[in-house]
Amino acid sequence: MLNNVAKKTFSWVDERFSLSPLIQFMQHKKVPVHRHMIWYYMGGVTLFLFMVQVATGILLLFYYQPGISTSHESIRFIMGNVKFGWLFRSIHNWSANLMLFFAFLHMFSAFFLRAYKKPREMTWLTGCLLLLFGMALGFSGYLLPWDELAFFATKVGTDIAGAVPLIGEPLKELLRGGTGVTGATLTRFYAFHVALFPAIFSSVLILHLAFIQRQGMHAPSYFEKLPLSQRREIPFFPDFILRDTLLWLIILNVLLYLAVFWPVEVGLKADPFTPAPAGIRPEWYFMFMFQTLKYIPGNIWFMEGEVVGVISFGLLALAWLLVPFWELKARPNWRWRPMNVIGVVVVAYIVIMTILGYSV
Amino acid sequence: MKKADTLCALFVVLSLGIGIMSPVQAQDRPAPSVASDTSGTVAPELPTNDECINCHLDVEEVPPDFLKYDVHMKEGLSCVGCHGGDATQDDEDLAKAPETGFIGVPSKADIPKLCGTCHSDPTFMHKYQPRIHTDQEAQYYTSKHGEQIVKGDTMVANCVSCHTAHGVLPASDARSSVYALNVPKTCANCHGDPDHMKGYGLKTTQYDQFAKSVHGVDLLENEDTGAPACNDCHGNHGALPPEVSDIQYICGTCHVNNMDLLTAGKKDWSEDEVDAHTCTECHGEHDIAAPNDDRVGVNDAAVCMDCHDEDEDAFFVAQAIHNDLTGLVAAYDSAQVKQQEVVRIGMDDVDIDYVLKDAHQKLIEARTQVHSFDSLKVEKKTLAGLKLAREAYVLSIDQIDEHGKRREGFGVATLFITLLTIGLFLKLRDMARQKNS
Amino acid sequence: MGDSKKSTRRSFINALIGGGLIGWMGTLFYPVLTFLKPPKEAEATVNSVKAGAIADFPVGSGQIIKYGRTPVLLVHSEDGSFKAFSATCTHLDCIVQYKPELKHIWCACHNGQYDMQGRNISGPPPRPLTPYKVNIVDDQVIVSKDQAVA
Repeated sequence: MLNNVAKKTFSWVDERFSLSPLIQFMQHKKVPVHRHMIWYYMGGVTLFLFMVQVATGILLLFYYQPGISTSHESIRFIMGNVKFGWLFRSIHNWSANLMLFFAFLHMFSAFFLRAYKKPREMTWLTGCLLLLFGMALGFSGYLLPWDELAFFATKVGTDIAGAVPLIGEPLKELLRGGTGVTGATLTRFYAFHVALFPAIFSSVLILHLAFIQRQGMHAPSYFEKLPLSQRREIPFFPDFILRDTLLWLIILNVLLYLAVFWPVEVGLKADPFTPAPAGIRPEWYFMFMFQTLKYIPGNIWFMEGEVVGVISFGLLALAWLLVPFWELKARPNWRWRPMNVIGVVVVAYIVIMTILGYSV
Repeated sequence: MKKADTLCALFVVLSLGIGIMSPVQAQDRPAPSVASDTSGTVAPELPTNDECINCHLDVEEVPPDFLKYDVHMKEGLSCVGCHGGDATQDDEDLAKAPETGFIGVPSKADIPKLCGTCHSDPTFMHKYQPRIHTDQEAQYYTSKHGEQIVKGDTMVANCVSCHTAHGVLPASDARSSVYALNVPKTCANCHGDPDHMKGYGLKTTQYDQFAKSVHGVDLLENEDTGAPACNDCHGNHGALPPEVSDIQYICGTCHVNNMDLLTAGKKDWSEDEVDAHTCTECHGEHDIAAPNDDRVGVNDAAVCMDCHDEDEDAFFVAQAIHNDLTGLVAAYDSAQVKQQEVVRIGMDDVDIDYVLKDAHQKLIEARTQVHSFDSLKVEKKTLAGLKLAREAYVLSIDQIDEHGKRREGFGVATLFITLLTIGLFLKLRDMARQKNS
Repeated sequence: MGDSKKSTRRSFINALIGGGLIGWMGTLFYPVLTFLKPPKEAEATVNSVKAGAIADFPVGSGQIIKYGRTPVLLVHSEDGSFKAFSATCTHLDCIVQYKPELKHIWCACHNGQYDMQGRNISGPPPRPLTPYKVNIVDDQVIVSKDQAVA
């Protein structure tokens, strides 16, 4: 009976919008099956977590009131007085962390599988932009509860932004909405977090997804070299979609587990006049950069250590962004592929620095 | 041509950028500050035509307690005002000639009279301060210090012992030797010195005892000027130890309720009975400790049994009071422990806190009621407190239950997700089999 | 494997997915809908509190009301006006009360006294009590934060 209703609805829509070519295209889209296939799911999980963020974010908007005398109080209100407020806020917080974790996984798997190669340079570029804006969303959202740790983390973070040569100071003021971290910063970060960054993120995401849909999934070179008859593939719809959904359900359960057993704390309200508490640190996805800055000496040659750090990271990020264009090709007599070496060094550096940041 | 175009465009963009950014940076520069006198008062300057001061400064014979901003100096009452002499003469003999009224250093016994020549004259003093008291000298002679000084005792305090001679400041000035926080030290200069106090038969441990007491800690460590210093109980110029029967009126100036309860409950008591239950009998004089529930009751630490026997009514009253108080304290403590658990598991405890504050208020009121020596009055308060402690406890249990419910809810959600997951997995396997067959 | 077995298995799987889906939607929509329903205390910061009807506050008396999370002393003065102050004494945080015989506010702990403007006039309290605004709307007494005071 349900089937009939579905069929009738479909033909009604199809008559008006001619969905059949689209459906045919989707049914023909194939996903390569090979031993590295598991990495195909990472992007989908990141997408799922972004959707969770949007949904929980919209729910939180119903009760969150930005302002130095209402931000912290409304978070406390959500955690204590609103039914399931604790759940949606904790999910929002955990999902942010998981989303960025899977984004890193997704990016590094694409890197090691060399999916950035021609013709997929723009997919890589848009992907890197998405990571950047994802971290920006994380940074701006972190301040919104207006708690002590967030206040000082924002202070330190924007101070580092101020270390960029030439445009650093104006950039810092633009970010802060003034010279110090105040209610103006809070309002500004609120605008960044709920409007500007989501808009940019969504637009770039649509591009990223459009590129993938148009070009199809990248497969490792050994797969491309196989004759057509030997290439194992599954249809994107419904097979791959169902597998995606399966994984997304498991991730959802993990999110719920984290939200229930490790709910986010409310913390102390930010007080600009108290000295910084011990142990301020940025969120883990900034930790490796933060820790690196700690190791740079105060002055290098004629420049401030911090400026050197910021410039170096900027240049390295630019290099990473442009990987598809300068990729080092493997030589036959080299034991390891140069890009793999670079990738392992980068991952190891990030992991070690992050661990150091928490243990020191 | 193209290259030049690009260069020009770049130049324009850069200059626009810098042009836009500079006003933003200019706002950062601090506005030139106007030189301001932050002290609020004009720095005191000594009079330049006063030859007494000029000469004494030259020969460096300045009294050790000399202050430029001494209150008399500020009002223009210089050396001559008390010591006599002629301040216009720079020749010592002329300046200190007997005709000028020069008296040199006055004797200790003469000092109160000397100060009193101005300070006991309302017409004179009210020119400087319309509301100032002018009875200090008269009060002084009623005090033990005054009594002794007329007998020729020069060891007792006179005006300058407390106020200093050349560094007099108003008592409201934090630098003054008679500012509330400094009073105990000022009194202890004599009363804490065993050599000085030899022969008077008075103890010299008051300062040490006071410093450890609840008032002393509040005054000297917390710097709460609302706490009593020596003069708040003993008086300023008419300093006397309060008589035993008068103590409750002294303590009662702040501890009103305790005083009311004490006086109300003892209308039919004998004088000795009344004297045995004054504040200092149980709480001490200078070493008043923070109240402890064990001090009322029938145990060793309790003061009641110091006088009362086990077969008296008082025994049962003390026992009942002690049990009521400790019962409420126990209930309050266990409610607090439950509150800590709520906080530990990350649930909201603000409402619990509010109720517990109320319960604590009842505990304070119950402890005040002890001074009625009526166990029924104490019980009324502790029962109300117990009700509140129980309410807080129940609220904590509710929060802990809610915490548990969340886990149950999670279990239900997991169940459905698991069912769905298994279903999807089976579906996928089924679809794969279908393809193969 | 026979067709009938296949179809029963298929319908079992479909039932499993269907049932799981319905249950899962339940665990999704129930929290979302209850979340959206406004809680009793509709706002995070308390901007005003309905203390009660005028009749609940006899003339010449004071009562402690709960303003969000802080106690507030509401006084119905002899001249008919209502005044409200923070009920926490500025000395050592005891709860103050209105004394009709003194016609001003008193703290039982150490005999601190405040006048009807909240000013500390006697005893240990170092600072005045924070005043709150009182409005009468339809015979209801509404207490709110005094915006003029920071």
